[in-house]
Amino acid sequence: MRFFDKASTALAATILAATALATPAFAQKAANTVRFAYDQAPESVDPFFNNVRIGVIIGANVWDTLIYRDPATNEYKGQLAKSWKQVDDKTIDFELREGVKFHNGEEFDADDVVYTLNFISKTENKVVTQGNVNWIAKAEKLDKYKVRLTTKDIFPAAIEYLAGPVVIHPNEYYEKVGPKGQNEKPVGSGPYKVTNYVPGKSIALELNKDYFKDSPKPQPKIGKFEIRFIPDRQTQMAEMLSGGADLIMHVPKDQADQLQTVPTLQVVSGETMRIVFMQMNIQDGTPAPALKDERVRKAIIHAIDREAMVKNIVGTGSRVINTICFPSQFGCTDEGAARYAYDPAKAKALLAEAGHPSLTMDIVAYRERNQTEALIGYLQAVGIKTNLRFLQYAAMREQIATNKAMLTHQTWGSFSVNDTSAATPNYFAFRSEDITRDAAVRDLLEKGNNSVDPAVRKEAYKAGLKIIADKAYAVPLYSLPVYYVANKDLTFKAYPDELVRFWEMGWK
Amino acid sequence: MLGFIVKRLGLALLVALAVSAIAFFLLRLSGDIAVAIAGEGAQQADLDVIRKTYGLDRPLVVQYLDWLLKTLSGDFGTSIYFKTDVATLVFAKLPVTLILGVSSLAFALAISIPLGVLAAIYSNSWIDRLALALAVFGQAMPNFFFALILVMLFSITLRWLPVSGSGTWLHYVMPTIALGYYTAPAFMRLIRAGMIEVLSADYIRTARAKGLSPYAVVITHALRNAAVPVVALTAVQLGFLLGGSVVIETIFALDGLGYLAYQSITYKDFPVMQVIVLLLSVVYVLLTLLADIANAWLDPRIRVA
Repeated sequence: MRFFDKASTALAATILAATALATPAFAQKAANTVRFAYDQAPESVDPFFNNVRIGVIIGANVWDTLIYRDPATNEYKGQLAKSWKQVDDKTIDFELREGVKFHNGEEFDADDVVYTLNFISKTENKVVTQGNVNWIAKAEKLDKYKVRLTTKDIFPAAIEYLAGPVVIHPNEYYEKVGPKGQNEKPVGSGPYKVTNYVPGKSIALELNKDYFKDSPKPQPKIGKFEIRFIPDRQTQMAEMLSGGADLIMHVPKDQADQLQTVPTLQVVSGETMRIVFMQMNIQDGTPAPALKDERVRKAIIHAIDREAMVKNIVGTGSRVINTICFPSQFGCTDEGAARYAYDPAKAKALLAEAGHPSLTMDIVAYRERNQTEALIGYLQAVGIKTNLRFLQYAAMREQIATNKAMLTHQTWGSFSVNDTSAATPNYFAFRSEDITRDAAVRDLLEKGNNSVDPAVRKEAYKAGLKIIADKAYAVPLYSLPVYYVANKDLTFKAYPDELVRFWEMGWK
Repeated sequence: MLGFIVKRLGLALLVALAVSAIAFFLLRLSGDIAVAIAGEGAQQADLDVIRKTYGLDRPLVVQYLDWLLKTLSGDFGTSIYFKTDVATLVFAKLPVTLILGVSSLAFALAISIPLGVLAAIYSNSWIDRLALALAVFGQAMPNFFFALILVMLFSITLRWLPVSGSGTWLHYVMPTIALGYYTAPAFMRLIRAGMIEVLSADYIRTARAKGLSPYAVVITHALRNAAVPVVALTAVQLGFLLGGSVVIETIFALDGLGYLAYQSITYKDFPVMQVIVLLLSVVYVLLTLLADIANAWLDPRIRVA
């Protein structure tokens, strides 16, 4: 009998503990804590040493940048810098804010800026995404609160990068602990500070009570964020349903539609800067020579009903694009560029005219397989049979870079940089994934990248984008939306840069 | 006996080596590691730097031997993804996996022994059929699917248990059931078969004739003998459970070795993956060896084989 007594006590304890666990949403609001589940753990919390979305999100919340881009208006405002002035084509002077403190109490001044910029600009320090930093030549201290930045070439997108991935580290601390220590015990100056970090498992953030009052980032309201890494999508959904998590992102459309019906949850969706397009290999030695014929390429664009795809499978927030860049990016336009309406009859006629009434080719893809399958269906309908080769991203890139790909189903997120230099040149300026290789396009894009006059830049990008569209070098498809599922009591707004701004969030 | 152990130990070592070599080359076949490390948007120059930094530009055999020599000298290398010492990373995750493995084994034994005994005593009755049905169900159902059913029932509908994580013992309940249930049938069938054989043996008839209680006959006399092969199977199954935890730990976001294995494969973090594969194969091989030795000790006829 004693055994049964013990067993029933244990059972009662289990039920009690379970009940305590099962009263989630309200307790969270009272505890002022948001539990955010994300599928992928960052390799390092130091923003310069990871290239994943969650790393960018943590970076923006824990650190500050010299400049801040208002996500609503895209207007640049001073953050750690009070003001800045373009001295000449390659030089910018910054006047820094006084009285800002890092989480460890270290005072912010010119030394921090100079140290960080010089550190990241050196290739031997191995910043993961070199494109974010390799434009910096050097930084010099003019006085305690004045810094001069020199770029290697004329680099008009500098301000955008300084408002995005280029965060400022505390120089004394960083010099002492290096990237390894900054990952283990991260110290920034942002609205949230890291209180606990278990690599690959979880990271806990706490509101920075001393966050400087005149920051363009609003003062944070939510006390704590607990970010947990849960790789399995079903488990994330189950956590939301059972009240074990308050926020998840990158939820597929069909699952978001299901969660929409749950009374304790809200589904928020919005457009992202990630664009979707198809490349067509027309380089010398292409395995699909038929693509060299402009009529075949135009037929492929005419074959696809992009509006229907957006409406039926891509989802709310997405829009059709006509050029290979994201519309809000500086220099991105579809003005004057050729447009190709959905017209399967015309597609068939163009293929017949080109002497290819039926064609067979490979298509490589790596994400949103249902969208690839829709593309395959549309192509099939006009007589183009495709063999799908669904690969890991790395393997697909290898196929493209080694001239083995024919058609590709590509996506590109521009690292959330709101400038065309971060998008189109990657695929059309003779870089490794350029399988078009038109020198005229390359020259125009380079001109756009390297001119300081905004008008000249715009003109150059416009002309380059027009050639790509007119010659049908690629199939522009649409922007991708992102679906977030959140506790219904949470105030939460989605932005195209997919940055979750913890400092803006609150409870209803 | 000593000669037998030395021979088995040598064989075990060769198996562990072979497994590590196969794992090494399989990972390389699955794609260019440099491209995976470089991520979206990397240029040729970045790839060259990465290949040089990690020594990926050398012939595969050289890379493997280099890794092997370093590992044998106790240097497990640095994780490419998490940038920390592999040994620290792996050993920090080991306790979670051990807890899960041992508790799953305990769960499997706790359900399979009574069911196996009952199925043997009442063989060909409805109890036997029920036990058979449970066994077939356990073997046939993929454990990730069973895990999700458990989550639906205990976390979403009843809200008794947390879905994922490894903070408290409650977090281990569902993973233990999901993983343990899958291994229970093997034990159950073995115990049933053993018990049926033993129960018809002469000494059991003698025990019954002496007027011992049915409980004493079944538990003290029969089960003790029927359980001998179970001991050997236990060792092997524990190894299987440690390996099988990759899927279960990933589903329940349990921060153990299996989850780390999943992450290291996803990120092509080959130093971590290599060490996990080596560690698990060594554990598996050692457990098999233990089972062999235990068997040989219990049954001298095996020693000459």
